[in-house]
Amino acid sequence: MPRPQRLSDATILLLLIAIVAVFSIVTPAGTFLSLSNAESILLTASQLLILSCGITFLLIAGGLDLSIGSITIFSAVVVAKVMGALAGTAAQAADFHYPNLGVAITVAIVCGLLVGAGWGAVNGLLAVKLRIPPFIATLATGGIVLGLASVWTNGQNVQNVPLPFQSSFGLGKLFEVIPWSIVIAAVVTAVFWVVLSKTRFGLHTYAMGANLEAARRAGVNVRRHMVLLYVGTGALCGIVAVLDVARFSTASITSHSGDALSAIAAVVIGGTSLFGGRGRISGTVVGALIPAVLQSGFVIMDVQPFWQNVAVGVVLLVAVYVDQVKIRAQERT
Amino acid sequence: MKDSADLAVRVRGVRKRYGHVEALRGVDLDIAPGEIHALLGDNGAGKSTLVKVLAGAVTPDEGTVEINGVPHRFTGPRDAQAAGIETVYQDLALAPTLPPDANLFLGREPARPGLLGRLGFVDRKAMRAEAATHLRQLNSKIQDLGAEVGSMSGGQKQAVAVARAAMWGSALIMMDEPTAALGVAQTESVLELIRRIRDEKGLPVLLISHNLPDVFRVADRCTVLRLGRRVLTARMSDVTSTDLIRAMTGADTLSPTGERAAEPR
Repeated sequence: MPRPQRLSDATILLLLIAIVAVFSIVTPAGTFLSLSNAESILLTASQLLILSCGITFLLIAGGLDLSIGSITIFSAVVVAKVMGALAGTAAQAADFHYPNLGVAITVAIVCGLLVGAGWGAVNGLLAVKLRIPPFIATLATGGIVLGLASVWTNGQNVQNVPLPFQSSFGLGKLFEVIPWSIVIAAVVTAVFWVVLSKTRFGLHTYAMGANLEAARRAGVNVRRHMVLLYVGTGALCGIVAVLDVARFSTASITSHSGDALSAIAAVVIGGTSLFGGRGRISGTVVGALIPAVLQSGFVIMDVQPFWQNVAVGVVLLVAVYVDQVKIRAQERT
Repeated sequence: MKDSADLAVRVRGVRKRYGHVEALRGVDLDIAPGEIHALLGDNGAGKSTLVKVLAGAVTPDEGTVEINGVPHRFTGPRDAQAAGIETVYQDLALAPTLPPDANLFLGREPARPGLLGRLGFVDRKAMRAEAATHLRQLNSKIQDLGAEVGSMSGGQKQAVAVARAAMWGSALIMMDEPTAALGVAQTESVLELIRRIRDEKGLPVLLISHNLPDVFRVADRCTVLRLGRRVLTARMSDVTSTDLIRAMTGADTLSPTGERAAEPR
C-alpha cells in the first residue's frame, strides 16, 4: 500500500522544481538561476521557515497559533528598545559610539527570546488550562500583543538600534558567504526536523494530534507537551524578531502582521494536516520556499510580484483539498 | 474456592459511590490464571466501574484487589500497568495516523542506546522488529507494518490494540466490548485473538461483552453483576444463556456467591 504522506511530499517538491525550471527558462540567463538570487530567495524564506517549523509541530499536535506575527513584532520592539537603551546614552548614539554594545546585544537577544517564549506560554495556558479553542485564544492574544506593542511605541517603528548590530550581524555572513539569517534558519530547521522525526517528543506530538485521548491514556503528559509546543513557537518568534531587527535596524510594527497565515499556508502546502497527526518538516521547507521563489521569479520577469499571493492561495487550496480527500479515504475504512 | 494465591485476580468487597449513586456495592471477582473470564451484566450493573477499578482509572472507596496474591491499591492507570494489567478500550485508543509499531509502543518507546537515547531518541528499528514479532505471534493479518493504522480494517485495528495489550500485560488483559462494532468474519478473528492471548501467552483475559453467543464460544467462566454486586460466577459449561439472562435481569434470585450454579444439573 502506498503511503499518502510520501506521495504528497514528492508532489509538492515536484511543483517547486517545476516552478524553478519554468522561471529558469523564461528569465534571462544568470538572473533567476544564479547564486546571488538563490541567496536572496533563501534570505526571504528564512524567517517564514523558522516560524513555520513551530507551526508544523503545533498543527501536527492539533494546536494552532494565529498570534506568531504579533509576538514577533512585540519581541522585536523589546529587542530594539533594550538594545538601544543599554548600548549607550543618546548623545553617544548620535556619535555612533556604543560603549556597552556587547552587553546590550546579549541582553536584548535574551530578552527577545524570553518575551517570545513568555507570550507562547500565555497561549499554551489559555488553550490547555482554560481550554479556550486555540483558534480563538491565539486570535485574541494576537490582537492583545500587537495592541500592546503599538501602544508602547505609539505605533511608530523603534529606531535607535545600534548600527553595528546591522552591519556586523544583520548584513554579516558566515565565512563571508552565507547570511546569518539563513544559517540560523537552517540550524532551527535541522533541530526541529530531528526532534520531530527521531525522538519520543516527536512521536508523542503526532500521537496527540491523531488521538489526544489515546496519547493521554498511554501516559503522555499531553497538557505539558502542548504548553511546551506553544512556548517553543513563541521562542521561534523571538529568534525571528532578533533577525528582523538585525536586518532592518528597526522594529517595525506592521511588517509581520501576515506571518501567521503565511506560515500556516506554507505548512499546509508542505503536507501537514490541518486536522492533526500528520506532517513533516521536509514538506514545510518546500512550502516555505514556494512563496519566495515565486516572488523572486515574478520580480525578475517584471510581473507584478503580487501574483505570488494569488499563486500561493491556489496551491494552498489544492493542498487542503488533497488532505481532505486523504482523510475521507481513511474514514471510509 | 481456591487459595487466593492461586488466583490471577481476587477482588473482595469493592465499593464505589458517586454522589448518592452506589455503582459498586461490595463486589467480588475471582479470575483464575490463564482463563478467559466473561464479565456480564445489564447497563448500570457496575461492569465498567469494576473494569475502571482494575485499570486504575477509579480508586474504590472500600475493598481489596489482589493480583497474583499481592494486594494492590491503584491510584492511577500507571499503577495498574505497572502491576501488569492492560486494557483494550472500546474505542481502541489508537493513533490512526501512526503505523502499528508506534501504536504498540505509544508512551513506552524504547530509547536508542547511549547518549542519543538520553536525549530522547527513539529506537524505531527495534520498535518495528518487536512489533512484527508480536503481531505474528497473535497471527494477525497485518501485512504492511508501515501503513497508517487508520487505513486498516476494523478487525486489523482491533488486532493492533489487542497486540499492544498482550505485549505489555503480564497479569491480566481486559477487553471492553471488543466485538461490538465488528462484522461476522472480523468478530471471528478477534475471538481467535482472545484465545491466542490465553494459549500463546498464558494470560487471563477479562472479557466484557453483551453478546452471549460470543461469550459462550470463547469464555471459560463468567461472572454476572447486578446492581453493583456479584450475583453469579460459573463455568460456561454449567450454565445456559437463560440462566445468565435471569441473573442479569434479576428474574430469579440467586445467592451472591453463585452456589446455585455450582449445583449439579
